[in-house]
Amino acid sequence: MKELTCIVCPNGCTLQVEKNGEEWKVTGGRCRRGEAFAIAEMTNPVRTICTTVATSFKDVPVLPVRVSGDIPKKRIFDVMEEINKVKVTERLGRGAVVIENVLGLGVDVIVTSGILAEQGQI
Amino acid sequence: MQNQYEVVVIGGGPAGLAAAIQADKEGAKVLLIEREARLGGILKQCIHDGFGLIRFGEKLSGPEYVERYVEELKDRQIACKVLTFVTEITKEKEGFLLTAVNREGVSEFGARTIVLATGCRERTAKQVSIHGTRPAGVFTAGAAQHLVNLSGLMPARRCVILGSGDIGLIMARRLTLESAEVLGVYEVKPEPSGLTRNIVQCLEDYQIPLHLSCTVTRVFGEERLTGVEVMRVDEAMRPIPGTEERIDCDALILSVGLIPENEMAESIGVTLYPGTKGPVCDENFMTDVDGVFSCGNALHVNDLVDYVSESGELAGRAAARYTAGEQPEKVEIRPDASLQYAVPQMITVQAAGGEGESREVVLFFRSRETVRDADFVIELDGKTVFSKHYGVLRPPEMERVLVKLGGLDIKSDSKISVSIKKREAR
Repeated sequence: MKELTCIVCPNGCTLQVEKNGEEWKVTGGRCRRGEAFAIAEMTNPVRTICTTVATSFKDVPVLPVRVSGDIPKKRIFDVMEEINKVKVTERLGRGAVVIENVLGLGVDVIVTSGILAEQGQI
Repeated sequence: MQNQYEVVVIGGGPAGLAAAIQADKEGAKVLLIEREARLGGILKQCIHDGFGLIRFGEKLSGPEYVERYVEELKDRQIACKVLTFVTEITKEKEGFLLTAVNREGVSEFGARTIVLATGCRERTAKQVSIHGTRPAGVFTAGAAQHLVNLSGLMPARRCVILGSGDIGLIMARRLTLESAEVLGVYEVKPEPSGLTRNIVQCLEDYQIPLHLSCTVTRVFGEERLTGVEVMRVDEAMRPIPGTEERIDCDALILSVGLIPENEMAESIGVTLYPGTKGPVCDENFMTDVDGVFSCGNALHVNDLVDYVSESGELAGRAAARYTAGEQPEKVEIRPDASLQYAVPQMITVQAAGGEGESREVVLFFRSRETVRDADFVIELDGKTVFSKHYGVLRPPEMERVLVKLGGLDIKSDSKISVSIKKREAR
């Protein structure tokens, strides 16, 4: 049996996860989301990452971005490397895609703030 | 008078935005004043996700969360002044007179009510005793976050973090992602101060060591920091001689607590509560100065923005509905030693069966110690009127309860006490 802290929500439940043959048994969570989290942690742990990309604009030198969905935990630094290659040269708005299907992982890197588009309006 | 408003909100972070929007929904004439150039408060630089799980059921980044409110404020065409700093508030015969400065000069605004949404400040190096020189390279976690996330500058290549507050944990991960080396997080207390999930997803995920009952006692370096000295501490948090260890690094990042910002509140006579360092307030978040409301981190330091927005909405609504004159009587809510604090500290009296039948009160509290299998209990004149069971309560994790007041007889001489009772002890 393994004990985990669930990171799905701020409750941070302590989960116990155990393998019964082919089945995973998860206890200790206050909701169902903890079960999916615990099984993923044991088989293929995933995370999201939030960071910034460089821009060519002096007023907004970096722009916040995040991945649009979970990525494997072990690919975090590979994805960071891809994101760090980007330089934004247009005044992109919130939700704009900076990298499509990053490293073939099935998720996009998207802009999470309207700061660049907003400053362009002044 | 053109510059006369029913509700003036000071501070354009998540609390102030929610307050202004809610007061506008109630039909009040509202003005929002913000000292920075952009609305959004600290969330502008909190680019990590996890905001809005309670309010929106989504895992948003700080900018995504707060821009929803900024857009609603703009859609509603609520009057708003940025780059404007309130320098003085004076009580008038009716309402208040605010003096503010901005690039156009000095201006005055009349306000029937004021909502203080001024947020909080970080404790700095001056407020924790560290010996040594005064080199560059000592940053608060918030300052480091501003540099990395808004200015695109790296404050550290190899650093030590003092304090395990949430911003420090978030910055440990952030700096690691940007290929800085975070050598360790040192916490003077025997338990971490941040949320457990942040210990897991910010430290354990990146193999960053957390050293409990340890602190930074000295900094080295002339122009730039070259290292720090760390020591173990005893139960009284005194460094233990002989445990000194020098760590070479180029930055020390401090995450040693947040203090509500209330200079403006104090200047108009608002009483502050020692447990929160925010104003004493009633269930409408009105302070003991009639017509002055407080919300968000100015009222008490929250760990979730969702609750900051909620308190802003409640304060904004109450400010819009406020009528001057004789205010109803209030009684004190007394937390016992099991709690660090409970907010609100006062509650309006009501007769059972009266208007109070549908009244609900939001109550926030923080446990003093980590307790397992315990109940949060409210007693009115010695009788338990509310109880909620918790598997575990931790000091870093603020709890919120919604209490129905229907059927309760709260008199002006009633005794209301709140406490955490361990199950085995009963």
